[in-house]
Amino acid sequence: MSGPSDYQPSNPALQWIERRLPIFGLIHSSFVAYPTPRNLNYWWTFGAILSFMLGMQILTGVILAMHYTPNADLAFKSVELIVRDVNYGWLLRNMHAVGASMFFVAVYVHMFRGLYYGSYKEPREVLWILGVIIYLLMMATGFMGYVLPWGQMSFWGATVITNLFSAVPYVGESIVTLLWGGYSVGNPTLNRFFSLHYLLPFVIAGVVVLHVWALHVAGQNNPDGVEPKTEKDTVPFTPHATIKDMFGVACFLLLYAWFIFYMPNYLGDADNYIPANPGVTPPHIVPEWYYLPFYAILRSIPDKLAGVIAMFGAIIILCFLPWLDSAKTRSSKYRPLAKQFFWIFVAVCILLGYLGAQPPEGIYVIAGRVLTFCYFAYFLIVLPLLARIEKPRPVPNSISDAVLAKTGSRSTPMVSTAIVLALAGSLFAGSIDSAKASEGSDTPPGNKWSFSGPFGTFDRGALQRGLKVYKEVCSSCHGLSYIAFRNLAEAGGPGYSVAQASAFASEYKVKDGPNDAGDMFERPGRPADYFPSPFPNEQAARAANGGAAPPDLSLITKARSYKRGFPWFIFDVFTQYQEQGPDYVTALLQGYEEKVPEGVTIPEGSYFNRYFPGHAIKMPKPLSDGQVTYDDGSPATVAQYAKDVTTFLMWTAEPHMEARKRLGFQVFVFLIVFAGLMYFTKKKVWAASH
Amino acid sequence: MNPDASTIAAGAPIEVDLSPIAEGQDIKVFWRGKPIYISHRTKKQIEEARAVNVASLPDPQSDEARVKSGHDQWLVVIGICTHLGCIPIAHEGSYDGFFCPCHGSVYDTSGRIRQGPAPSNLAVPPYQFVSDTKIQIG
Repeated sequence: MSGPSDYQPSNPALQWIERRLPIFGLIHSSFVAYPTPRNLNYWWTFGAILSFMLGMQILTGVILAMHYTPNADLAFKSVELIVRDVNYGWLLRNMHAVGASMFFVAVYVHMFRGLYYGSYKEPREVLWILGVIIYLLMMATGFMGYVLPWGQMSFWGATVITNLFSAVPYVGESIVTLLWGGYSVGNPTLNRFFSLHYLLPFVIAGVVVLHVWALHVAGQNNPDGVEPKTEKDTVPFTPHATIKDMFGVACFLLLYAWFIFYMPNYLGDADNYIPANPGVTPPHIVPEWYYLPFYAILRSIPDKLAGVIAMFGAIIILCFLPWLDSAKTRSSKYRPLAKQFFWIFVAVCILLGYLGAQPPEGIYVIAGRVLTFCYFAYFLIVLPLLARIEKPRPVPNSISDAVLAKTGSRSTPMVSTAIVLALAGSLFAGSIDSAKASEGSDTPPGNKWSFSGPFGTFDRGALQRGLKVYKEVCSSCHGLSYIAFRNLAEAGGPGYSVAQASAFASEYKVKDGPNDAGDMFERPGRPADYFPSPFPNEQAARAANGGAAPPDLSLITKARSYKRGFPWFIFDVFTQYQEQGPDYVTALLQGYEEKVPEGVTIPEGSYFNRYFPGHAIKMPKPLSDGQVTYDDGSPATVAQYAKDVTTFLMWTAEPHMEARKRLGFQVFVFLIVFAGLMYFTKKKVWAASH
Repeated sequence: MNPDASTIAAGAPIEVDLSPIAEGQDIKVFWRGKPIYISHRTKKQIEEARAVNVASLPDPQSDEARVKSGHDQWLVVIGICTHLGCIPIAHEGSYDGFFCPCHGSVYDTSGRIRQGPAPSNLAVPPYQFVSDTKIQIG
């Protein structure tokens, strides 16, 4: 894309095409011969990583769309069926859902890199603005994609975000009706979001082409921020940059795979495993993590319109960055003050993200206001001021000088490190404080589960016993509507044979019809049938249970969670702890107490449960010692029942968990070998250039 | 992209029978996909709503203007927080009215905003009394 190429393919067929459409010359000049600065560091591989992620999202998304149903009544179920029944559907869905998060991880690194090295400065303003447009499109796409599974967080996230537009004076309400296609978020909203979610990635791809075009006109910036002057300053894109990017992508894939195979729900919200319910608002509405800093800005401003303006302003201000920062020196490497403020700004963004996930009360509101001020001050006060008062260190004459001198200063940013530590400390103190304050329920104790960890498998005995407990106790009130009898005989499940599953199914009466006479009739269950629900509809369930409908248990261990708090949620990434749901369910089953503690009032018809949020639960104590007889000699105690039925419900929530962890191990072995090969190839290729 | 004909048709007026709602109770009905709270207010709640100085409210509106005269015990409001559209919880918050769990807006017994980020009072849907114990919403 940098002017006409003199490249001529040697193959006559390619020559024939080349004379009519010089596409090989274009590719050759853009991605093979293209001169790339020889001092680029690994932060520059994120461009390739982002292209890879975009391709990945489009590919997995197109396949997912083949199985997804964009209808308010069917969407949630269709997503569950993708995960349960489509070949490798669980993998596709994890890749796509985690992929969205990874896409944002990469884009944030890419943006901060641009910020640090001044990649937005003359002559790269248009390149930078195109990047901001891509980022905005990504946010819209990500938001609409999050709505599609039609869980509680999808629905209420959509409600809150579309309501942002009602803040616009005069026309706000009409805009919101136009977005909804109705009087509230509903089926028409889901349909149009699906359409747009499919369209926007291709718009992004189009803007990416412009972004790369602009990049290849202006040329890449580099860590020293001096333009290449001679041949010595650059290396050809292929093989140098190509192989380095491949190594970068391979390393990024390791991170990506960690989440896909071992922590697929870590970045999501447990509430999204509850189907959308327009009548109940979840207690905390939290957007996806990548919007949290902006959500925090929105909430820290007490006025509605001003809050919305500040939130959008926080992104739009990036477009003006090239003119707000008028310093001549590009790279912060040579700007001692700018470097400090950059790291402070990074800390501000991360802390805003943390605050966005906290309830809007007490210290969090004040901290949010202070940090919102800091965010805008960085762009509107610090950068313009630094351009005038800062005395930058001298920049090297050329890139090759910089490479030879290896001038990279090794002084650690002491001031900003201290500030970050102080802020993190105060937040830690704050979170302990609020944990003490919210005496709503006790934290469930941790348990040892057979299915935890990277090599976890289900204990077959526990699954079979759990099924018995479910059948004899839970099933009188709770449905299990996503589980079919055939699942009992599938690999990774309770380990029954097909014949046993059929026999189990035939014990159930399943409603079928209409027959030729037009009547509904009952027949014995078949393996393909799903567990029948105890109540015909939610209203009946509600009426029979004193106003509280017993939830379906298929997904309960993924739909329930409790707050881990700082810093535990960071440790969890490394320990792969993700058993909040099972820990909660098993604790709840054992958490009943006859004696209500002082200071707690339990309404008529409710029971005291130590672990239930608010303590007043409508479900009477379900399990008691000796209630279910075990054939295998396991103790017939409440503790054992609770543990077994929780294990069983973990399997119903994710029947393919064993396949996920097994494939994960194979993928990791492959990726580590691949990344190693890439690294040594890269070393060889770059041997002459360093 | 505006609502299609069937969506508009489904948004036709509905009738609600008020006779089963005891004093101090409230019900939630759905109209046009929006939850509507119908509260049968107690004497105390009505007095609380009328005792405040209207001019001091963030969105000044008298209680009389928000209910139908002669049916002062009935408060009918759209249960959608005017901030960002969550559903406030009835009988909660420091004003005995509604409390929005999302961003902490507090409404009084007349559905008027008293505290928090919401800019205006809970909206009153169009409705009229068909008889003493029946209303038509829409």
